[in-house]
Amino acid sequence: MIKQYETVFIATPVLSDTQMKEAVAKYTDLIKANGGEIVYEEDWGLKQLAYPIQHKTSGFYYLIQFKADPQFVNVLETQYHRDERIIRFLTVALDKNSIAYAEHRRQKGASKPAAAAEQAPVEPEAETETNEEE
Amino acid sequence: MAAVENNEIRYLNPPTVDVRKKKYCRFKKAGIKYVDYKDPEFLKKFLNEQGKILPRRITGTSLKFQRKVAQAIKRARSLALLPYVTDLLK
Repeated sequence: MIKQYETVFIATPVLSDTQMKEAVAKYTDLIKANGGEIVYEEDWGLKQLAYPIQHKTSGFYYLIQFKADPQFVNVLETQYHRDERIIRFLTVALDKNSIAYAEHRRQKGASKPAAAAEQAPVEPEAETETNEEE
Repeated sequence: MAAVENNEIRYLNPPTVDVRKKKYCRFKKAGIKYVDYKDPEFLKKFLNEQGKILPRRITGTSLKFQRKVAQAIKRARSLALLPYVTDLLK
């Protein structure tokens, strides 16, 4: 059985760009190696944390949406636990409404220039759903 | 005394007849089906200044969506997108 999941992790702010890419590559490869399929990735960049975690006040956020077997989530989370670079993570199963929402959000993100989304990850975040509230 | 004898009640101030605005569930009205935990700015509408979740009687959210909002807020908190406790949020 294949389900769609979404995982967000926060990496320590001390990582350099290449180290961060390495960490991301580790998890994307892990997903692929276990028969998963990556649907979407999003780099939120360095963000301020709302409260300190492990005495750190900021962190690199990274979002991955993927399809995989439910058993794989345990494998992924064990890897997160073991990884000292990851200070917090959250994996959520997506149902049909959230998949529709995720696609909608993706299209909104795609309509903007990709470079801008990478450069300034905070602003697109705030913008993406402002229309939804009305 | 005269008022009592006449069997009618007189008020010093005329009773205020305020028409309260009917509350509504914004999710039902807008047709939103999924509450996203990744959008802290939106979720802040459902928090008070200390970062506590506002009750339904204030926001007007339907029970179905109040549960989803609460779930989303809790997820956002665990990802440090929203604070657990704070002062002067907003």
